[in-house]
Amino acid sequence: MTTVASFQIEYLQFLDPHGKVVAPLPAFAQDPAALIALYKAMVLMRTYDAKAIALQRTGQLGTYASLLGKEAVEAGVGAAMSKDDVLFCTYRENGVQIMRGVTMRELFLYWGGDERGSDFAGPRRDFPICITIASQCLHAVGVGYAIKLRREPRVAVCMLGDGATSKGDFYESINAAGAWRLPVVFVVTNNQWAISVSRKTQTAAQTLAQKALAAGFDGVQVDGNDVIAVHHAVRETLAKARSGGGPTLIEAVTYRLADHTTADDASRYRPAEEVAAAWQREPVLRLRHYLTDTGAWNKAHEEELLRQCNDQVQAAAQAYLDTPAPAPDQMFDHLYATLPAAYAAQRAAVHASSQEVRAKIDKP
Amino acid sequence: MAQIALVEAVNLALARAMADDPDVVVLGQDVGRDGGVFRATLGLLEKFGSERVIDTPLAENLIVGMSIGMAAEGLKPVAEIQFSGFSYTTIDQILNHAGRMRHRTRGRLSCPLVVRTPCGAGIHPPEHHSESPDAMFAHIPGIRVVYPSSPKRAYGLLLAAIRDPDPVVFLEPTRLYRLFKEEVNDNAEALALDVCFTLREGSDITLVTWGAMVYETLQVADELSEQGIAAEVIDVATLKPIDFDTILASVAKTGRCVVVTEAPRHCSIASEIAATLAENGLLTLLAPVQRITAPDVVVPLPRLEHHYLPGKRQILAAVKKSLEFA
Repeated sequence: MTTVASFQIEYLQFLDPHGKVVAPLPAFAQDPAALIALYKAMVLMRTYDAKAIALQRTGQLGTYASLLGKEAVEAGVGAAMSKDDVLFCTYRENGVQIMRGVTMRELFLYWGGDERGSDFAGPRRDFPICITIASQCLHAVGVGYAIKLRREPRVAVCMLGDGATSKGDFYESINAAGAWRLPVVFVVTNNQWAISVSRKTQTAAQTLAQKALAAGFDGVQVDGNDVIAVHHAVRETLAKARSGGGPTLIEAVTYRLADHTTADDASRYRPAEEVAAAWQREPVLRLRHYLTDTGAWNKAHEEELLRQCNDQVQAAAQAYLDTPAPAPDQMFDHLYATLPAAYAAQRAAVHASSQEVRAKIDKP
Repeated sequence: MAQIALVEAVNLALARAMADDPDVVVLGQDVGRDGGVFRATLGLLEKFGSERVIDTPLAENLIVGMSIGMAAEGLKPVAEIQFSGFSYTTIDQILNHAGRMRHRTRGRLSCPLVVRTPCGAGIHPPEHHSESPDAMFAHIPGIRVVYPSSPKRAYGLLLAAIRDPDPVVFLEPTRLYRLFKEEVNDNAEALALDVCFTLREGSDITLVTWGAMVYETLQVADELSEQGIAAEVIDVATLKPIDFDTILASVAKTGRCVVVTEAPRHCSIASEIAATLAENGLLTLLAPVQRITAPDVVVPLPRLEHHYLPGKRQILAAVKKSLEFA
């Protein structure tokens, strides 16, 4: 017998859980300002996340999926993307979206049950949040194909979770991206849990990164709690994709510190000790340790940042709460470019019905 | 003007659309070098190149899913699914994404794409090659379902579907692909979507149908005509949304209606038409609306196929029953 193929997967980490440097830092990380920008982004998304949960718990927001513990993945990706790139994200990537220019008011609107939250004023070409698992991967392939066809220096960045790598949509997507050498970067957040199914139960594959190799392109594993590692890997792979080098898959290994959503109770299926241990590796504190140790950050900076983040988040939440619901018959507005005549009567019926409800509310 | 078959009219429309609009791309399994298993895309690769005539990996869900990404970026993808029996894995993408991208982004992103697929029974194929999923697709909000029944309408409606700013599932009657020819003028003129075509005018009874069954229904109308019965024949053509106005107006004139489809009966488009006639046309009816459909069974393999497909005999019997109703 002869060996016809063999593989290895590299793991990238620059900061250990205490914020100590374990490998020579990449060039961008030599600049404290760049790291402070990443830190600020992570703190803002964590503040936003806490507010979203608070709004949900007080009945002012619908079911919400927390990004707690994932801040380094999101900041690392968000800071690496160019304006003209296209983001494909799941419900747990609001942090990247904020960095892309989606407003927190829009995100609150989305979780508050209003389609207008996906009409981003900022990144007009970014896809809306995708809930059906891995189905966005196929869209990223289509956008990647269009970009390549038009020879544009743009990249489709497709985010997904560990559970998503079990789906056919994912395999079909990486296969096609590899076959056509498309400018698509797949960022898999391996947070160890797909609701209640652990990473070990999900697949016998030793890493998720190695799945890319079966599709004929590189896969790399990074410490998803080390924003320097994530950002470095994404920057490099985006540059590669932009210059015609084809797709890459990055597996960011982290931990879902929160429940799956506000409708979930993770204590039913995972031990508290595991969560407590994961908190020791969490990404925000890790970078703060590094910045503080190197003298780039202090308590006064921290307090000022928290105040700014709180102000921003409060203002966005208030703007969301102050936004009235759309008129009921607006559910017909964007069903088609022009509403077919066949649905005019249905639209009128919804309008009439809503007027009756209104009349009842006005005159109890 | 050349006499061409329906599948050649599809090919002609694709070539016309690609020549007129550089954003139109064709993708699917074997659509390039092979020209498609039915040859609907024959010659397109040579004319427009492999970047726009795309042989995809063998993955239907990919074909439709990536079309959504392409469409959102401003391309106009025309995807081919080899047989409608292979289209079921794509319903997730059509239902969860193509049909709602415009709505969920309040018009920011849209999906001007076409999914073409051969549809219906009667060509004696293996299993999964004879399906009629028209009602399944028609149940999906935010899309159009179009089903031509002649070379001319295939040409004009496919051009319309490609130019339409919203997603269109374009069902092609496999049985009619090469059954007959007619003159088709390659004049780049699209036909209107969302309207029925009244193929034959008549005052005694309305026969409503679509797809391959239009062929048998027109033959029935000819036979009825010899007996002095004037049947009005309506090809619904766009199955979502349906132009009920034309159907209701016709039945208001004739008072009698038979709806003919080769799809299974339960929750069929024939049922929707019958329900609408009951709701909005009851007082114009002189006899109960009848549905001629396939039975609610799995499409049989070829040995029993002709017992499954409704034909002229059943349509004539229904017409007789309707006319004899007091």
